[in-house]
Amino acid sequence: MRTLTFKRGIHPPDSKSYTDWSPIKILMPDKGLLMTIPLSQHIGAPCESLVKKGDRVLLGQKIADSSAAFSAPIHSSVSGTVTDIKPMLTPSGTMCNSIIIENDGLFEEHPSLGKDTSYASFSREKILEKIKEAGIVGLGGAGFPTHIKQNPPKEKKIDTIILNAAECEPYLTTDHRVLIEKTDRVIKGLEILLTLHPNAKGIIAVETNKPDAIAALTKSSEGNSKIEVVSVLTKYPQGSEKQMIDAVTGRQVPSGGLPADVGCIVDNVDTVLAIERAVAKDRPLMRRIVTLSGDAVKCPGNYQVRLGMSFKDFIEATGGFKEEPAKVIAGGPMMGVAVYSLDIPIIKTSSAILCFTEKAAVLPPENNCIRCGKCVEHCPMGLMPLELNSDIMADDMESFEKHHGLDCIECGSCSYICPAKRHLAQSIRTAKRNVMAMKKKK
Amino acid sequence: MENTKLIVSSTPHIRSKDSIQSIMRDVLIALTPAALMGIWYFGIKALLIIAISIASSIFFEAAFQKITKKSITITDLSAAVTGLLLAMNLPVEIPFWLPIVGAFFAIIVAKQLFGGLGQNFINPALAARAFLLASYPTPMTNFTSPTGLFANSDTVAKATSLADAVSNATPLSRLNEGAFIPEISDYIDALSGNIGGCIGETCAIALIIGGIYLLVRRVISWRIPVTYILTVFILSWFFGRTPLYELLIGGLMLGAFFMATDYSSSPVTPLGQLIMGFGCGVLTALIRSYGSYPEGVSYSILLMNLAVPLIDRYTKPKIFGEVKKNDK
Repeated sequence: MRTLTFKRGIHPPDSKSYTDWSPIKILMPDKGLLMTIPLSQHIGAPCESLVKKGDRVLLGQKIADSSAAFSAPIHSSVSGTVTDIKPMLTPSGTMCNSIIIENDGLFEEHPSLGKDTSYASFSREKILEKIKEAGIVGLGGAGFPTHIKQNPPKEKKIDTIILNAAECEPYLTTDHRVLIEKTDRVIKGLEILLTLHPNAKGIIAVETNKPDAIAALTKSSEGNSKIEVVSVLTKYPQGSEKQMIDAVTGRQVPSGGLPADVGCIVDNVDTVLAIERAVAKDRPLMRRIVTLSGDAVKCPGNYQVRLGMSFKDFIEATGGFKEEPAKVIAGGPMMGVAVYSLDIPIIKTSSAILCFTEKAAVLPPENNCIRCGKCVEHCPMGLMPLELNSDIMADDMESFEKHHGLDCIECGSCSYICPAKRHLAQSIRTAKRNVMAMKKKK
Repeated sequence: MENTKLIVSSTPHIRSKDSIQSIMRDVLIALTPAALMGIWYFGIKALLIIAISIASSIFFEAAFQKITKKSITITDLSAAVTGLLLAMNLPVEIPFWLPIVGAFFAIIVAKQLFGGLGQNFINPALAARAFLLASYPTPMTNFTSPTGLFANSDTVAKATSLADAVSNATPLSRLNEGAFIPEISDYIDALSGNIGGCIGETCAIALIIGGIYLLVRRVISWRIPVTYILTVFILSWFFGRTPLYELLIGGLMLGAFFMATDYSSSPVTPLGQLIMGFGCGVLTALIRSYGSYPEGVSYSILLMNLAVPLIDRYTKPKIFGEVKKNDK
């Protein structure tokens, strides 16, 4: 088997051995626990609540939806009573209107669940509708509604569905565990996607640091000529959509374009598992798999968690902290968000919770650029971060755009590698936001 | 858990272990074998010159930053690297005040006046060497043959007065005088450093070991040194000189691994680094073959330093998924 890869990139320590041995533990919220379910857990229009304070809701009941096409409905992950609907803090640091449900501990299922499972006879439209109704969005972190992604404009001929099993962020091990524990279901999920795109082949791309997953997938996909398992080099940001497509197909998504422009759709592992559950088992998205790691937690591992459980309740349920945390990250260490409160819920896009002690959290001070050129040598997009950074320092946004600042994928490779510890990615991200905001105004 | 105060910062939350200090420390480590060989061949005086050069470089950096009320950055070791490189580019028979003047020029004029580390457009140590060569040509071209570690100044004086021809003969000047075909023993002398020249440039094998260390530690990339050395090799052969011997003598190894690769005064783009190495190689071979100076390494690098902003501008890497302008 060939090992595929993309140009440039970095090799941070993968720090996966803390949790990659740990089987997925199912963690159910205790009776009486308050679940906080934000009405916006995806890119697109926020949902509106379908329930009101005092209502009793059942497990899997749709509790929020939007009339906009570019959105995804939200379901209750427990049975219980709606105690309030009010703005609450979310992992991204913003306030969002949220439905708060007190778990009655019965997990009483909504009668609509698991009725319609004869998926082999489903039409393309019905599968897309199932995916939409199940509230599935990209669970890797982006939160792009899956039914939109799987239904690109007609003129875009899709010939490759890539199952992105690179999991290139350090510490994260959920995809790895899903691939070896639920191999057949992942394959089944991919097969369902392939029925949506009859002219496409499915490629499962796994980083070389997961040989057991490669072996399991190869074995499980034997006999299906439309599915191929490929190994990709363990290198960050291999799991970035554009870099993944480049490595697997040799095609480059044009600047400002989407994967569909080069005939590809890229899906995350947990997302494909959710698709399998929605279509083959007729169950909506109510849980996700989260890696809990970092030197501050007592029991690092991989947990299947109900959406809406707060970070605090979740960490306490796993055994709590070993040492006082100084930094908590929602997501991976390269692109995740440092949160300032633990009273935030696990939402559809929460792939990991990393808790670090002060010793591990302190970042070195920033120094002057020494022009070593390492950021240029490692930028996966072929940008010159030092040049963009000096454009930003000079507040020259015209030059920033001319130097392709908007093409930055914010992977953080430049900041990681910089020996002067300059805040390259941070400054570029801020400048991107400002330029986009200015463009919107015009 | 109730009142936990959490640190919030932007991504990424992990950083590589490399720092300016660790890089400069690696350069110092890489230069050590060649410096030790210089001391071995040229005596205790070489050690003193190295010490004076490093100490005065650090002093001038700290003094300038103190006077201009900037934070003092001597712990990043960049001044120490400049001081060591300067000393290694000086002949041993110089007065002790000369490295102090050189350190002043390198640190104050070439580096700090242009904004400090990362902002200097030419290599400070080479700029200082060029300045000293122009200002004090006699001591700066008085190359003695190696005398050994324990030679006292008497014997050194004797050696120089006994045979001026020997004391001034670097292999390069002998090559230029013609009718000198290096033999096996000359190659061995050049590799081991048993030849005339500056303190730190003579022992090719020690410099190569240091260069490989920097490559392995990923402090420098192969692009500048390899293209530089290859270009000199090919052109020397083309000009009918002795290509292999040419690589081992003069300042080529020191220049290719340690001077042309100076971060601030070399291109940041991969293609630009290849051009830098090639340009240095062409200039060095031309100066050696046709110039009136026997050696061209330092002037080649200084000239290419001046072209770096231009090189960087025209060698930008291709953007991932770049859309051609006329497509829009």
